[in-house]
Amino acid sequence: MTGETDRRSWLKAAAASLGGLWLAACDRLTENPTSLGVLQSAEGLTRRAQRLFIDRKALAREFAPADISPVFKPNGSTDPDDPDYLAHKATGFADWRLVVDGLVEKPLALTLADLRTLPSRTQITRHDCVEGWSCIGKWRGARLGPLLDTAGLKKNARYIVLHCADTLEETLDGTGQYYESIDLIDAYHPQTILAYDLNDRPLPIANGAPLRLRVERQLGYKQAKYVMRLEAVEDFAGIGRGRGGFWEDRGYEWYAGI
Amino acid sequence: MTAMTAERAGRPAKVLVYRHALVTRVTHWLNVLAVSFLLMSGLQIFNAHPALYWGARSHFDRPWLSMDMAEKNGQPIGVTTFAGKTVETTGLFGYSGKPGMREPRGFPAWATIPSYRDLADGRRWHFFFAWLFVINGLVYLALGFANRHIPRDLWPRRWQLKPAHVWREIVTHARLRFPKGEEARTYNILQKGAYLGVVLLLLPLMVATGLTMSPGFDAAAPWLLDLFGGRQSARSIHFISASLIVLFVIVHLVMVVASGAWNNIRSMVTGRYAIEVEGDSP
Repeated sequence: MTGETDRRSWLKAAAASLGGLWLAACDRLTENPTSLGVLQSAEGLTRRAQRLFIDRKALAREFAPADISPVFKPNGSTDPDDPDYLAHKATGFADWRLVVDGLVEKPLALTLADLRTLPSRTQITRHDCVEGWSCIGKWRGARLGPLLDTAGLKKNARYIVLHCADTLEETLDGTGQYYESIDLIDAYHPQTILAYDLNDRPLPIANGAPLRLRVERQLGYKQAKYVMRLEAVEDFAGIGRGRGGFWEDRGYEWYAGI
Repeated sequence: MTAMTAERAGRPAKVLVYRHALVTRVTHWLNVLAVSFLLMSGLQIFNAHPALYWGARSHFDRPWLSMDMAEKNGQPIGVTTFAGKTVETTGLFGYSGKPGMREPRGFPAWATIPSYRDLADGRRWHFFFAWLFVINGLVYLALGFANRHIPRDLWPRRWQLKPAHVWREIVTHARLRFPKGEEARTYNILQKGAYLGVVLLLLPLMVATGLTMSPGFDAAAPWLLDLFGGRQSARSIHFISASLIVLFVIVHLVMVVASGAWNNIRSMVTGRYAIEVEGDSP
């Protein structure tokens, strides 16, 4: 009997230590830049495969009004307390301007009223958070493609960087400011808009007032909120920590189509 | 009866038969590797939002499965809600960790990669091994049909599908009696059903439901959303079929041990499987 119990506890201990070794090994591989680099190589494969397989103009599914989420769950910053943003909030975004600059022929500074006169699109789409949940909302906004054509992209412009008003993480070097970037395939996609309305009302602060990006074939963290400035760039290595976005700088994929 | 004849002829003779082709063995072990990492990194991803829903979007007020931290007598506890019923699962689901270091999390640290909470790295592991899993699976299927392994060894014969035969196999299997001699050269109907179900149904279902969760892929193949009933349904089916794969692996391992661990493992490494034949064979 005791032999049996001994054997059992020995087996248990062996299984537990083997499991522990396996987990510790996985954690160490995750923290090692070389092995993490190997794991990260899958992102390039995924992006190329999706770009190859998915038609550039293929639309994300659009839904019926009955499918709209009763509450569109806000995530990330929901009420920025950055001084500039608070000043705009106090005046109802009357003095707010969307700056379009960088590698463009004609830099712009657009008011909300200007944006509302630009070619627009209304779409009921699904928002997929990287955490796994989904919400459906009705967006209306200025199409990014025509807006970029108005500014006139220079030949070497390859990405559009969206600079946002909110600081999501307090850092000493200012890299806690939210930002995002997309390539020109997504920038010129027909469903890519700068949204000023959610569910037929002006965009609430929790969801990114006065303006947020909708790039419907990617995950939620690409849908930059509180957008202040669009900058056309050749590459984004010099912005933030150089990976093309706030969450990208913290280990998430730049291409978030999966 | 077989046993008696064998006994009369002395010890039953053993012959090594070549059971598993090289491609079957290599893809089997690569699949073990990929599925292990996919499962554990998948639980890490699940932990980022440990709740499952049906439909296109999340009905946050009515998940069919969720793991949360709750409070009982002022103490934090883990609870799991399944189909509207809540049970306490402290230490396992919802709230777990070493005493004094417990934290709210869906699955416990020993079940996830990395062990600590990190969605970004969990996704790195998951998608890397997803590629390996898909490529390995395609090689297995292509060569499995080309070298006739799947149609010859796994596809059931008509006589095996007769209810009386299936029932007899279930009964002998439940008694852990395994075929010997000539019968052991081929798979029985329960093995064929289990292997085909995993290879042609569950594993492809994992890929298809996984791709349905990709907002990019949805634009190329919106019919997947209709097939599975929406993205959140696809996420639920992804979880359920992963659970069924875990169930398969448990039964598979029990059967491997019960029917001769060493012989089975050798056959999946070297390809050679020993069967006992009756006296007249050398």
